[in-house]
Amino acid sequence: MQDRANHRFVVTRHDFSMLLATLRERGYLLLGPTLRDQAIVYDEINGAEDLPAGWTDEQEAGQYKVKRRDDNALFAYNVGPHSWKKFLQLPSLTLWKAQKTDNGFKVEERDEATPRMAFIGVRPCELRAIAVQDQVLTGGDHIDPDYARRRKHAFIVTVQCTQAGNTCFCVSMGTGPRAEEGFDLAVTEIIDTHRHEFVIEAGTDTGAEILARVPHRSASEADWQNAQSATQRTAEQMGRQIETSGIRELLYRNAEHPRWDEVADRCLACTNCTMVCPTCFCTAVEDVTDLAGQTAERIQRWDSCFNSRYSYIHGGIVRPSTRSRYRQWLTHKLAYWHDQFGSSGCVGCGRCISWCPAGIDITEEVAAIRANDGGGMEQGRKTNE
Amino acid sequence: MGDHQCPKLAVWKFASCDGCQLSLLDCEDELLALAGEVSIAHFPEASRAMAPPPYDLSLVEGSITTARDAERIHEVRKHSKTLVTIGACATAGGIQALRNYRDVKEFTSIVYARPDYIDTLATSTAIADHVPVDMELRGCPIDKHQLLELISAVINGRQPNIATHSVCVECKLRGTVCVMVAHGQPCLGPVTQAGCGAICPGCDRGCYGCFGPQDTPNTDSLGKVWLQADRQPDELRRVFHNFNAAAEPFSEAGSKYGQDDHS
Ligand code: SF4
Ligand code: SF4
Ligand code: SF4
Ligand code: SF4
Repeated sequence: MQDRANHRFVVTRHDFSMLLATLRERGYLLLGPTLRDQAIVYDEINGAEDLPAGWTDEQEAGQYKVKRRDDNALFAYNVGPHSWKKFLQLPSLTLWKAQKTDNGFKVEERDEATPRMAFIGVRPCELRAIAVQDQVLTGGDHIDPDYARRRKHAFIVTVQCTQAGNTCFCVSMGTGPRAEEGFDLAVTEIIDTHRHEFVIEAGTDTGAEILARVPHRSASEADWQNAQSATQRTAEQMGRQIETSGIRELLYRNAEHPRWDEVADRCLACTNCTMVCPTCFCTAVEDVTDLAGQTAERIQRWDSCFNSRYSYIHGGIVRPSTRSRYRQWLTHKLAYWHDQFGSSGCVGCGRCISWCPAGIDITEEVAAIRANDGGGMEQGRKTNE
Repeated sequence: MGDHQCPKLAVWKFASCDGCQLSLLDCEDELLALAGEVSIAHFPEASRAMAPPPYDLSLVEGSITTARDAERIHEVRKHSKTLVTIGACATAGGIQALRNYRDVKEFTSIVYARPDYIDTLATSTAIADHVPVDMELRGCPIDKHQLLELISAVINGRQPNIATHSVCVECKLRGTVCVMVAHGQPCLGPVTQAGCGAICPGCDRGCYGCFGPQDTPNTDSLGKVWLQADRQPDELRRVFHNFNAAAEPFSEAGSKYGQDDHS
């Protein structure tokens, strides 16, 4: 969209509810953050009343806690256990279903009706994660049709981060805490003793059109400065960081680093890091039949490189040890994702750190390898041990 | 399909509580379809009709705790084309394998008025310790969806989809908030094999490990996580020495945290 400066507006807290109501009226399914089971999860919401008003989260390696704030901010928390991938690349999906016939089988017509989804509260790191998944699942010769269908009509309301969590490191990865593109609307929440309002920027014509239906005023230079400084402060509060210079080569030349053994002692091979990661895209395919052998179904579901059978190829499991699985995961994220897809596979959201039951921290692992670059590799181990 | 072509199903009971066999009767909606696809040749819990061997598919519940059963399982094996063990007793010795850590004579003298009537082995062992087993279904009790999946795979001549990874995978697929990370509750999910659908975390409690160890269980690391969260070593011993006390990774793990003699 051209001339973005003319597409900056201010909407009051009251009218922000109208914005969501307008999206609903336009036929969008509202998906957004809501408080459930002592966490801020992503789910279907009815409107602004379901947002986690007045709640925030505190995160550390292996720890997540929601806490009450002393105001009613709608978006004063960071990312939780869910990511938008659960709506775009479904956790479990029937790819096709077939019925047995007298002379073979017949594949059933698929119901390809896809809801028009509006994602409310996509953080800058998550916006980048969606772009990464777009590249992986629709950027090559073989497009994932289901993902593409869901993605096509998704309306994205980004929320710029006005605070950083302890496990956030978007500044290192160049993905946040302010998004410049890729959204329909981008919101900065401004809350203090005098006001509670939202500085909103339209990134697409659809975004501008929706916003036009909601009472608003044009953002002044001061409003815009306010919004900018809120995210600047966030950038200075990053809980974690990764030194990314030469990271690809660093990891490639340290494939036999003793640190992989140390992390393997702690790693539970439980898959939580990959399940919560907004860019991890691996799936397994399972074929099932009914008892009578009349119907067969092919189901695709999330899988993980931490599972032994993930690396099963004819004759055996290629990565039997947890050491080889952790190394595969981290090296893929930060090194050969660049070779494969032209970007980093990590956007710095910190979920894998918070939701690892053993509290393993990707930033700490990289730092340890860098601190002892090439160290202790003279033993010359076999790569898959 | 005419009855004569149906695969013959047999269900056998060894030392167990019958809960796993009952999962078969619990299949309610699918039971009629099942009855149409297999002929139930031997299932004393459900029917008095007994057809002679051989059997195409034998489901074996229970562990080996008597000399007689140690012989009987060889008979069952001989008469079964495919033998599948079902449940923690059959696959790992069950809760009764707690005797393996104690003197069984001491138990019988406490429990029975006439311990001399009791003729039992010193240990409770898994079926696979006695005869070759083709497939196993874990759980205390087993999961009925896994049971139906296995039977339909055997009937249709395909591989069953029985995962050997952690419970965490299922927990995350259903979108459950991790009870260990977010609620500070101890959970055995990371070292336990999936199959239950992560029921316990879904009800806001930690996994009890009833499906036994996953294929790469790091019990040492999970033990450290629990201890750091102020859990006592004795609690760790008890959770590992539970339904799957004799499954090797859990047996070893539990013994690291104390002696069962003092329980
Ligand atoms: S690797 Fe970790 S920090 Fe990076 S995007 Fe995935 S979950 Fe977020
Ligand atoms: S990593 Fe950055 S963009 Fe993501 S939630 Fe944290 S502060 Fe926001
Ligand atoms: S790094 Fe953590 S979350 Fe990932 S598999 Fe290992 S223990 Fe599980
Ligand atoms: S609740 Fe338990 S099973 Fe679920 S993810 Fe957490 S540790 Fe794993």
